[in-house]
Parts: sequence; C-alpha cells; structure tokens
Amino acid sequence: MTPPTTKTLTDEGRRGLLSTMVLIRTYEEAIRREYYADKKPAFDIGAGLVPGEMHLSAGQEPVAAGICAHLTPEDALTATHRPHHVAIAKGVALRPMTAEIFGRQTGLGRGRGGHMHLFDPSTHFSCSGIIAEGLPPALGQAFAFQRQRSDRVAVAVIGEGAANKGEFHESLNLAALWKLPVVCVVEDNDWGISVPRSHSTSVASNADRAAAYGIPGARVEDNSVEAVYAAAGEAIARARSGGGPTLIEVHTLRLWGHFEGDAEGYRPDLESVPEHDPIPIYRDRLLKTGVLTDSQYQVMQASASEQVEDAIDFAKNSPTPDPLDHLSYVFSEGVNS
Amino acid sequence: MTATLHSKDQSLALATEPDAGKRKLSTAKAIQEAISQRMARDESVFVIGEDVGPYGGIFSSTTGLIDRFGPERIIDTPISETAFIGLGIGAAVEGMRPIVELMFADFFGVCMDQIYNHMAKIHYESGGNVRVPMVLMTATGGGYGDGAQHSQCLWGTFAHLPGMKVVVPSNPYDAKGLMTAAIESDDPVVFMFHKGVMGLGWMAKNQRSIGAVPEEEYIVPIGKARVAREGTDVTIVTVSLSVHHSLDVAEKLEAEGISVEVIDLRSLVPLDREAIVRSVSKTGRLIVVDEDYQSFGLSGEVIAVVAEHDPSLLKRVSRVCVPDVPIPYAHELEFAVLPTPARIEAAVRDAVAT
Repeated sequence: MTPPTTKTLTDEGRRGLLSTMVLIRTYEEAIRREYYADKKPAFDIGAGLVPGEMHLSAGQEPVAAGICAHLTPEDALTATHRPHHVAIAKGVALRPMTAEIFGRQTGLGRGRGGHMHLFDPSTHFSCSGIIAEGLPPALGQAFAFQRQRSDRVAVAVIGEGAANKGEFHESLNLAALWKLPVVCVVEDNDWGISVPRSHSTSVASNADRAAAYGIPGARVEDNSVEAVYAAAGEAIARARSGGGPTLIEVHTLRLWGHFEGDAEGYRPDLESVPEHDPIPIYRDRLLKTGVLTDSQYQVMQASASEQVEDAIDFAKNSPTPDPLDHLSYVFSEGVNS
Repeated sequence: MTATLHSKDQSLALATEPDAGKRKLSTAKAIQEAISQRMARDESVFVIGEDVGPYGGIFSSTTGLIDRFGPERIIDTPISETAFIGLGIGAAVEGMRPIVELMFADFFGVCMDQIYNHMAKIHYESGGNVRVPMVLMTATGGGYGDGAQHSQCLWGTFAHLPGMKVVVPSNPYDAKGLMTAAIESDDPVVFMFHKGVMGLGWMAKNQRSIGAVPEEEYIVPIGKARVAREGTDVTIVTVSLSVHHSLDVAEKLEAEGISVEVIDLRSLVPLDREAIVRSVSKTGRLIVVDEDYQSFGLSGEVIAVVAEHDPSLLKRVSRVCVPDVPIPYAHELEFAVLPTPARIEAAVRDAVAT
C-alpha cells in the first residue's frame, strides 16, 4: 500500500483537515467560556459547572487533525491530560464527551472520569492524566491487534515532557523489539507547564531518540497540518503493514496556558504567540490557493458552532449522577470492597 | 454450585470448590495447572513477564507452560515493568486476558502508576464502559534471607487502593481455584503468592504447601474466606504462609485443651467480613496474624470490622505482624520480625489466659 502524502491530498481532504481544526477550536473556545462562566468574580478552581483543572488544546489542532485523518474508529488512540483535540479528531461523539466534562450521568464515564479521563470504547479512544502513562496501554492495544492478525494500529500521543520519562524508553524499546503496530506522537509545545524545553531536554529533536531503538523517527518543525498528515500517513501505513513502530515529534504551539487560570508570567514569547495560530495561517493559505472559499469557511464555522453548542446544551440538560450511586463501577459485578 | 465462563465456551460450567480428591500437587504446580487449563480453552489468555518462559518463573509459577503453548503465548519481557504491565492493560481492554507476572511484589515501586492509576481505575473512570480483565501475579514474603527489598508482602498496600481484587492463596487447592477465578474475572485481580507456600524444592517449606487438588478446572470464589480449622476459644484471622504457622500452633495447643479457630481470608478484596464476625462472635478473642507491616494495614482493618460491627464481641484482641521496620537480612533479626509460630503461640496463650 502506498502511504498517503501531501501529493495525494485532495482539495476536499485539505478542507477536511481545516474543518476538523475549526471544530476543535470552536469546542475549546466554548469549553473555555463555560469554564469561566461561573468562576467570577474571584477564580475558584472548584466552582461552577466544570470544576477542576482544564487543559485546553488550542494551537495543537494540526497534530490531531493530521494524525486522525489516517485512522478508523477501529484503530486505538491514547491521549494525555490535554485530550480534547485528539478525541474530537478521533471521532469521539461530542455529546457524551461534553457531558463527561460537565460531570453528568450521560457522560462517557457517567461523571466518574472528567476531562482528563475520557474513555470511548466505540472509537477505542482513551486518555490519562499522568505524563507518558498512556504509552504502555497503547502498546497493549497494538499487541492485541497484532495477535488478532488485524491491520489495526494504535497511536499514543504524548507531550515533549513525557519523552524524558522512563515509560517512554521502556515502551519504545518494547514496541521496537516486538515490531508492534504503534505510532508514538510527541507533541512538542515547548513548555512543560512553566519549564521550557531547552531546560528539560538534552536533544534538539526527540525524533533523534528513535535511533536508540532502531526505528524511524521524524520531526515536523512548523505545526503544519499537512506536514503532520504526511508524516503520520507514512508511519501509520508502516504500522498497518507490519513494519513496526515510528516516533514522530511535532513542534506545535500551546496557544493558551498550561491550564486555564495560568497567567503564563514565565513565558517571554507571550505577545507573539497569536501570530503563530495555525488555523488562520492554514485557512488563509487555502483561501489564497483557491482550495477554500469564504462561504465554505463560513459554513464550516457555522457547522462547528452548531455541533458544539448542541453538545453543551446536551451536557447542561443532562442529569447529574445520583450521589448515592458513588460506589458503582469500582468492579464489574457491583461488589465494591 | 457452578460458575459461568466468560468465554465462548459457555457450555462448560466450572464447579465451585469441589471435593479435593486424592491427587497431590505443590502450590506452584496447582497455579501452573490452572493457567494451562484456561489457556487450552481460551485463546485470549496469555502470560507475560520476566523469566516466565524457559525459566518457568523465578518461583515456578509458569514452569512448563512454554513447552505447551510456545513463546507466542508465554512471553518473556525486557526488564520494563511499566511497559509490560501497561501492555497487559491495553491488551485486556481490547479483549485479551493477560496474566502479567511482576516478579516480586517489592518491585511495584517501579510500575505502580500503571497498576493503581490505570489497571485499577479505568473501569470506574469509564463508568463501567471499559473492562480490564487481567491478572497481575506476584511473589511475596520473606523468611529466606533476601533482605528488605525482596521479602515484603505488601498486600495491604494493594488492597488499600480501590479497583483491584486482591487474592492471597495459602495452599494448592485454593491457589488453583483462585487462579481460575482470577483469569475468569472481568476485573483486575492481583494474585499474590507467598514464596513459602509454593512448595519449592530450594526453600524451606511447610507440609501444607503440598496438598490435594482436583484435576478438573474449578473456581474458588474471590472474596470468600475459609474456616481452615474450627475452634472455640480464640480466632486467628490470617492469610498465606501465616495460615500454615497458625494451623501448626493450633494443632500443638489442642493437646493442652486450647481450641483455636483459624480463618484463612484467601482474599483481601473483597474482604469476607461476615466470616470474621461469625468466628469472633463465637470465640470473643481475636488475633490477627499478618506477614505484612503492622500499621495501617490488614490487621487494623480486620479488627475494625469487628469493632464497627459490635465492639462488645471483643474480649481480647491482638496482632502478630511485621513491626514497622524494613525486613532485616540477618537470620536472627529477620525471624525476630516475622510472624513465627513462636510469636503466634505466645499470642494465643496470652489471649486465653484471661
């Protein structure tokens, strides 16, 4: 099978990538609005309809859109504490996902998980709030697919900070050793909360670390969705055809804070960050090259807005979990201790 | 009574605690047999861990399995506990039934995040939508001079954290039935075998580490204690190798007219609270014998079960545990902290003196 490349990417495909990115951004803006809505005047992290830490993914949409364009619902993906963009691109339904973020009974985890713990068996999507720890389970999903003689693949998305943890090295060694159909995608957004990459990582490119495991590595430097699409296409095709794992690093952008409420006083590039927003850049390119029209873009935005507001309405109008039911689901048989 | 299988093979129902019969096996062989029989019937079951293949498991939990099932299903790993335990989780989520061996329970420190934040929590966090049917099998216990990092029981630590069933067999019969139940369970089960109950040829062993085991597959229900010996004067609640010691002490003291009841919990999670209360209701005297550390663990929990039920039941209560120190190396020191028969006997004599 010839892997898809930017040369095989059609205009419709390009609009599809932008459309996914617009949907993600519309979603994150709406979650941000709802998150702050009832935390005023003083910010109280535990207050409101959406309490707790909130890690939004604005700026990292190219990673999600570029990778997931190659995946089917039968492929698996594990994400991080910042999971919304990949969840949406993977095809997780917005209604139950949003209901989970609002802590409702109709949520993916019936309100037991929250925004860092989203599990959707129908798209084989999951995420973990612990840095790098989504990688080992992705190996297991890939292992199961390999043993089941299917061509399904697993993708683990982690951050650049995770590449300095032992889990990363254990997992890549094992994946390479057993030629597991797994792709490890490192989202390098330059920051591990407040610590810049230059203070945490000994190599300029984590893709160079692929050599340590004898697997291909690639770094996408400019947060371009089409470059991600091309790199992911090659890696995923290799995994599907039995060629084993690939390590991809994407130099992406954390457009907002680590979590909401983060004033980012540590960030010297704060003023110039919006200039690098990948969505207007890609939109303008598609408009300029005639791939996209203004009216098509407006339809894209309207459709995204409609889907997102529908999901938020669904979440807000869903029942909260019964407090008396807090012991359910520790075990499958209802025996809890 | 029978239990229904998870697998396609629904027509085969497994007996629950059948008669033991006459054939004798060591605990290690009973575990191997349980795994082997399940693997023969269910292709989704596989074993993964360090030295589980040709070596057969450092404590013989998997001896011979590779000869029957090959390296595709009996899988040696690099020394990468986080990676291969996490791999087990992902495989379980996708419909397989992994048995993952963590060589020593003491090693949980290098991989606990996968165990307690992932294996144990995914079912709850997903609101019951994602199941993790895996067995985490691990060796526990001291008494052979292995020092502070290779001698701990630690079952109280696992049992403290929600989302894992924790089984601790003391004998071959229970080990086989509990392993079969663990593989069949749709929940993660931590299967903790004490090296001293395995019946290994290269370690001092109690006669009770070899016993009668049915040849057919069967279930010992997870969460059901066993009255290992009936008695009327004092109740010993215990698990694992300490069951052997407690029974030895009970037999010895019978000649003096002291009647000791021994409850083998078999599982910490779920905990058979009724069995504890039932026995203490009869004897009024409770001794908890636990080779895990004393504070904040199983012994306090068992006493709390009775106290919360009816504190007036307790005429006497005491515990024989490892005091809150690392397990020392020198034989004299190690046996000063372990719950030895001598310490158990002294506790029984003390309990019945008033």
